[in-house]
Amino acid sequence: MPIPIEDIKNMIINEIPDASIEIKDLMGDNNHYSAVIKSKVFEGMSKIEQHKLVYKSLKGKMGNELHALSITTKVK
Amino acid sequence: MNTEEEIKKIISSNDVCLFMKGTPDTPQCGFSMAVSNVLKHLDVKFLGVNVLENQNIRDGIKSFSDWPTIPQLYVKGNFVGGCDIVKEMFEKGELKELFKKNSLI
Repeated sequence: MPIPIEDIKNMIINEIPDASIEIKDLMGDNNHYSAVIKSKVFEGMSKIEQHKLVYKSLKGKMGNELHALSITTKVK
Repeated sequence: MNTEEEIKKIISSNDVCLFMKGTPDTPQCGFSMAVSNVLKHLDVKFLGVNVLENQNIRDGIKSFSDWPTIPQLYVKGNFVGGCDIVKEMFEKGELKELFKKNSLI
């Protein structure tokens, strides 16, 4: 089931309230996304930890309903 | 041997392991292909573990690494990351450094 961009943004904001999020629908199919997420909470975290936090915000959807979400995390 | 033991055995007996969909020569997913190509480009010897051939490994590696997606790269028994992290490390030259540091290239 495709997930709209707004829903993805809201899930991430719920977990990371200060996040600036930019999401692109790569193929216009609501299924292949690329997201750039900037937040102060990433400070001091490894890349793996940063990405895990984003995955956690998506509550198990990553790898299931959400097939392709390419993630880039940056410290704000 | 249970799945966790099997995974531990694979990553401890191979310096560079890529859990992927398909094989390095015939990847079945764009993300797996991207990481496989990066490793080939760096000319590092690696084992491709095709998770499509083993459902236990496919599910097991996700909980083992606490990471929801495939591909997953392991170097010297440590989880390095998925496609996005590996690509980013490659672009910054960090992946090459990691392999050099471990005398793998």
